[in-house]
Amino acid sequence: MNNLNVKFGLRNMFLDGVRPVSELVQHVNTNGSNAYIDALGLKHKELNDLLRETALKGVTSITVQNVFGQRYIGTRLYLPNLAKKMEIKIAPNPGNDLGAFLNGHRLIVYGNAQDGAGNTMDDGEIIIHGRAGDIVAMSMRGGKIFIRDNVGYRAAIHMKEYTGKVPALVIGGTAQDFFGEYMAGGRVILLGLNLSKNERHKAHYIGTGMHGGVIYLRGRVEEYQLGKEVGIRALDSHDWEIVGQYVSEFSSHFGFDPAEILQEKFQKLLPVSTRPYGKIYAY
Amino acid sequence: MYSYLLPEFAIERNEERCIRCRVCERQCATDVHYYDAEPDKMFFHEEACVGCQRCAVFCPTNALFIRPHPAEYRPNSSWNREKLQDLKKQAETGGVILTGSGNDKPYRIYWDHLVLNASQVTNPSIDPLREPMELKTFLGRKPNTLEIEFNELNGSEVKIKSELYPNVSITTPIVFSAMSYGAISYQAYKSLAMAAKKFGTLFNTGEGGLPLNMRKEYGSSAIVQCASGRFGVDPEYLNAACAIEIKIGQGAKPGIGGHLPGEKVSENIAVTRMIPQGTDALSPAPQHDIYSIEDLSMLIYALKEATNYEKPVSVKIAAVHNVAAIASGIVRAGADIVAIDGLRGGTGAAPKAIRDNVGIPLELALAAVDKRLREEGIRNKCSILAAGGIRCSADVMKAIALGADAVYIGTAALVAMGCTLCQKCYTGKCTWGICTQDPYLSKRLNPEITSQRLANLLRGWSHEIKEMLGGMGINAIESLRGNREHLRGVELAEWELDVLGVKGAGE
Repeated sequence: MNNLNVKFGLRNMFLDGVRPVSELVQHVNTNGSNAYIDALGLKHKELNDLLRETALKGVTSITVQNVFGQRYIGTRLYLPNLAKKMEIKIAPNPGNDLGAFLNGHRLIVYGNAQDGAGNTMDDGEIIIHGRAGDIVAMSMRGGKIFIRDNVGYRAAIHMKEYTGKVPALVIGGTAQDFFGEYMAGGRVILLGLNLSKNERHKAHYIGTGMHGGVIYLRGRVEEYQLGKEVGIRALDSHDWEIVGQYVSEFSSHFGFDPAEILQEKFQKLLPVSTRPYGKIYAY
Repeated sequence: MYSYLLPEFAIERNEERCIRCRVCERQCATDVHYYDAEPDKMFFHEEACVGCQRCAVFCPTNALFIRPHPAEYRPNSSWNREKLQDLKKQAETGGVILTGSGNDKPYRIYWDHLVLNASQVTNPSIDPLREPMELKTFLGRKPNTLEIEFNELNGSEVKIKSELYPNVSITTPIVFSAMSYGAISYQAYKSLAMAAKKFGTLFNTGEGGLPLNMRKEYGSSAIVQCASGRFGVDPEYLNAACAIEIKIGQGAKPGIGGHLPGEKVSENIAVTRMIPQGTDALSPAPQHDIYSIEDLSMLIYALKEATNYEKPVSVKIAAVHNVAAIASGIVRAGADIVAIDGLRGGTGAAPKAIRDNVGIPLELALAAVDKRLREEGIRNKCSILAAGGIRCSADVMKAIALGADAVYIGTAALVAMGCTLCQKCYTGKCTWGICTQDPYLSKRLNPEITSQRLANLLRGWSHEIKEMLGGMGINAIESLRGNREHLRGVELAEWELDVLGVKGAGE
């Protein structure tokens, strides 16, 4: 009980050695409503302390450089009284849970994101000029995520929507297995821009357990890659409107030609039932 | 309705007493009773009766007697009636047998084999009616040491130098366990919230969100859950609460998720869970961002980040085989509270095979966790909440003596609201208005009255706890925590005493 218990001592990898904000001021350079933060050598909590502190000072645009794996960027910015949502530019590689529980801010990453980007995100925008790891947009409830390249396993798992709040995830590359698993709402667009001609998407068990929302998939996918709760449909005019809108937004972020992307064949993946497991019980 | 099944209950109506007021007919949610005007007589469909006793207690002339149906198959201790009936149900449907509330099988109830101590001669007992008796409990991480700084010249200037962590204070070591809006009716949910607030303790929202209109008033009495479906979880919900709980498992159904069937997802539930009306609310078995202790740590700190490190984070697990090692990992991952839900924990719906066979008794799990955390020198890093089968104030005392900081009560609270443990929660036809979304049934609960019943329960138990503490010569619940010297085992085997860490009676 005295910090000397070496064998069983508890090391807190998040909080041990965290310095108070007052010692970290040299990492921040504020200029009116803009700020620059050098994240080199900052712990997860230290960086987020600085971001919150800077936001509370009325800064609305922050550039964070030298980010090497710091987690939860954007998570501590639940500030309902903030007049204007923030824009945070991040380079090169933020850590896990980027924008988890994000409350309406805009995060732009010039590099790759790791696991859990947009985890249970509530609102806002995440734009990633690179790839992202596993469980992107898990349980995302609102806002938009644009990712230029590939994503890892279980992207869009359990995304959900309610009334006007419809989250959107647009992925330029391809995804890994269990893509859209348990999806309960929202719109996911998988473009496969980095696949060669006739190369099929990588994922298996796409949309397994899906019971809401929609996946628009560009490029080839075989039926055996889909979960059994998913049906394939052709896009109608309303779908094209949605896809067109998100593709042009995606293109404007990353400098693609939307017309070229839209030329290719798209398929719509829908759940066959909103109650996939309604009939497995004896009452 | 199933063919070839014996009715579960037999109904007897004393015709001389019956005045044909038809109360039984109106109160029954499964349409057992009906009236025929021609002979001016009440009749019944016995096979639909679930034995909730609502009609019997509402009958103004006590004309009704509901008993387990006397018909029996040939006695057989292996192939008993329940096994046979379940086989027939499954043969007919091919389905998973569902059930509600907690494990009803005769596993040893260790509470009934532990006895408490009292003072005689060598130290005085205390009378709580006339002397102060402290039940106040703080949930959350405690510092390793408490350094106090004071100015010797000016004695009134006292400051705590050690860094303190966020703690929640409750007036009695009893907290209402997680029951979501959706699993239970709004009236039942609100009753729990009102009672918790009134008494200065907490209720737990479960995984069904916290209705917007309740956040301001009841948020400070709420533990909000973040479970695998993440229903109703937004930053405002997390920040409205006084503590956050990550639900990993539930004693009634360790290792599996939950399905709230679409027909229960009414408009208000849809708004609170933030999903479309009528779709199934599926909670996956694992949290898909947690596949390891490191991942758990990631979510714990994500929640702390989302709430600016202002609230303790609890992790709730079901009691399973290696629970002590798991709990150690949870504390090392950064949890401020570890909630352990035992074998007899309740549920609104679970596959019977799992409810009745998976997990270990709370008493053993709790003792093992407390012992392990002490051995590792990290017991102060977390509070322990014990859940699953706490039936009375003596169980609370015994749980605290085995190392719990406080207990969760679920079933006991439901019974206080009217529940009679008919185990049909999953049908959504609760005649007592608790586990239903049918407005005709749920309006039977008036939160003003029901919350008072719950507060009465807390008051009664708290008083009993004070009496028992006083008898032991202790004047604060803190002194009982993990104090196994106040427990003795009766009729327990060596290994059981060993796991519980208590001596046998007379030792």
